[in-house]
Amino acid sequence: MTGWLFRRVLQSLFVVLAMTVIVFVGVNVIGNPVDILIAPDADQIERERVIAALGLDKPLWEQYFAFLSAALHGDFGNSFVFSEPALQVILQRMPATLELAMAALLLAVVIGIPLGLYAGLRPNAWSAKAIMAGSILGFSLPTFWVGLLFIMIFSVQLGWLPSSGRGATRELFGLQWSFLTADGLAHLVLPALNLALFKISLVMRLVRASVREVLPQEYIKFARAKGLTETRVILVHVLKNIMIPVVTVIGLEFGSTIAFSVVTESIFAWPGMGKLIIDSINVLDRPMIVAYLILIVFLFVTINLIVDFLYTVLDPRVRLDQEG
Amino acid sequence: MSTVGAAAPEIAPVAVTAAAQQAIETPFRRVAREFASSKVALLGLAVLVTIVLLALLAPLIAPQNPYDLMQLDIMDGRLPPGSESMSGMTFWLGTDDQGRDMLSGILYGLRISLGVGVVSALVAALLGASLGLVAAYVGGRVESVIMRIVDLQLSFPSILVALMILAFLGKGVINVVLALIIVEWAVYARTARGTALVERRKEYIEAAECLAIPRRRILFRHLLPNCLPPLIVIATVQVARAIALEATLSFLGLGVPVTEPSLGLLIANGYQYMLSGKFWISFYPGIALLVTIVAINLVGDQLRDVLNPRSR
Repeated sequence: MTGWLFRRVLQSLFVVLAMTVIVFVGVNVIGNPVDILIAPDADQIERERVIAALGLDKPLWEQYFAFLSAALHGDFGNSFVFSEPALQVILQRMPATLELAMAALLLAVVIGIPLGLYAGLRPNAWSAKAIMAGSILGFSLPTFWVGLLFIMIFSVQLGWLPSSGRGATRELFGLQWSFLTADGLAHLVLPALNLALFKISLVMRLVRASVREVLPQEYIKFARAKGLTETRVILVHVLKNIMIPVVTVIGLEFGSTIAFSVVTESIFAWPGMGKLIIDSINVLDRPMIVAYLILIVFLFVTINLIVDFLYTVLDPRVRLDQEG
Repeated sequence: MSTVGAAAPEIAPVAVTAAAQQAIETPFRRVAREFASSKVALLGLAVLVTIVLLALLAPLIAPQNPYDLMQLDIMDGRLPPGSESMSGMTFWLGTDDQGRDMLSGILYGLRISLGVGVVSALVAALLGASLGLVAAYVGGRVESVIMRIVDLQLSFPSILVALMILAFLGKGVINVVLALIIVEWAVYARTARGTALVERRKEYIEAAECLAIPRRRILFRHLLPNCLPPLIVIATVQVARAIALEATLSFLGLGVPVTEPSLGLLIANGYQYMLSGKFWISFYPGIALLVTIVAINLVGDQLRDVLNPRSR
């Protein structure tokens, strides 16, 4: 187990390192930083002075190591737009994104599991079929267009919910959160639901498929033969056994929820890091782009590592496979 | 047609027993018959064919050329659906802020959306399937390198990979196609390898090897045709995914340039007018996008059922 964990951590570090190379090459070789950093009307002497000052005249590998050692210290340079360290600007926006992502996952669990359970227990009922058809829509509808529909219906036509921003926030653990105030909560509903739509469909289908798989098992027959109530059979015997895949998928989806919040944040003007990166790409704020990409790769690799680890701990079959 | 025909060694015996009394059914006819057994899938196919025709014939059937500035009148800007222009023409789906007819804009936008989706899916299929086949057939270090890259890439969500590539390259139609190819190839590579691993153990490959047929010929003339059915299914679904991703990227302002607006960019253009109740600028391109994606998915779902030997 320790050997496996060590190998896995080493692998993850290698992935992060490889991604720093890709990001560095992508930004410095494919895009030309000189064009971005130097005013177009600068003369030749001025150009050469800035190139030397930025170290862009050095060989590429030397530049890379300078970049890497600075990155290890959390230094990605100052944002052109905010004139503050890029990493700091991103980290300030992170709680908003995390709040949105967690709210979306919570909705996916709270809505997806009961619906999936229902569809799995009564596969032939027309209501279950309607739920499954709805989940296909959840997969096919582009997130951004659903977001626009939400705004059109709930904000513009009905006027029930606000369409942009975080609303009032309150402090908890030194960070600002929207869900603690009524106004913030109202602002959270539409973006969270928008981001959750795809995940709800996913969780629902997964739960339904798992239930169909577990129901014909001997231990379910046995539990029923013992005379346990149907509620107990479903809530304890069925639910417990479908939790491993569900927990794994939800864990893995956390990362992609953060990635896809780029779209939702842009529509609902949610001040998180997803909206930040889109704005930064549009104005070519290079330090921000680099810092965001490295940070999100790191986040992903960490999440994958944790999910892999939990999976091994939760499921004895996987554990035995790795040891044997 | 020839692709399905090439899958004959595997499918033929089943088809023969099923239709033993009648004339022998070709695999293509069998697929067509089974595909037609679902009314919903047929409807999807009909809608899809209509959409493709509309996109191809856009210059002939669109009421105006939305990018010919001579035909536009800024006075016609943001008119609701059904209103008449200064020159007496009716805008059935309204106009955008430049006074463009939305119906024409959507028809031209469909061309770009479909074009980007189909081209990227085809190139990605070619690239990914070749690499997947080579991985499965050659094995060893080549296989582990290719599959490691595939695993690594698939562990990141598609939008993130596309975002990264477009952040490096900047926007533009070619760059979007490139980004979509890089996002998609891994899916094909994994599918191709999985199928090829099963196929290569079969007798006909062994027979071909015994005949000392060159490896490249075995790979592309024997192995590839028999791995095609799952790849066709994946390709169908991937076209829909590519169209949706392109629309998303263009909506975010990272995709196609303003001069070549796809459906996603049309939706983005109308976004700012949504809050003032002028819904049609965003709404109708969105409906066109939605219908396209759902139609492709319906066809893809049915193809999956028909081409998958296990579900028969």
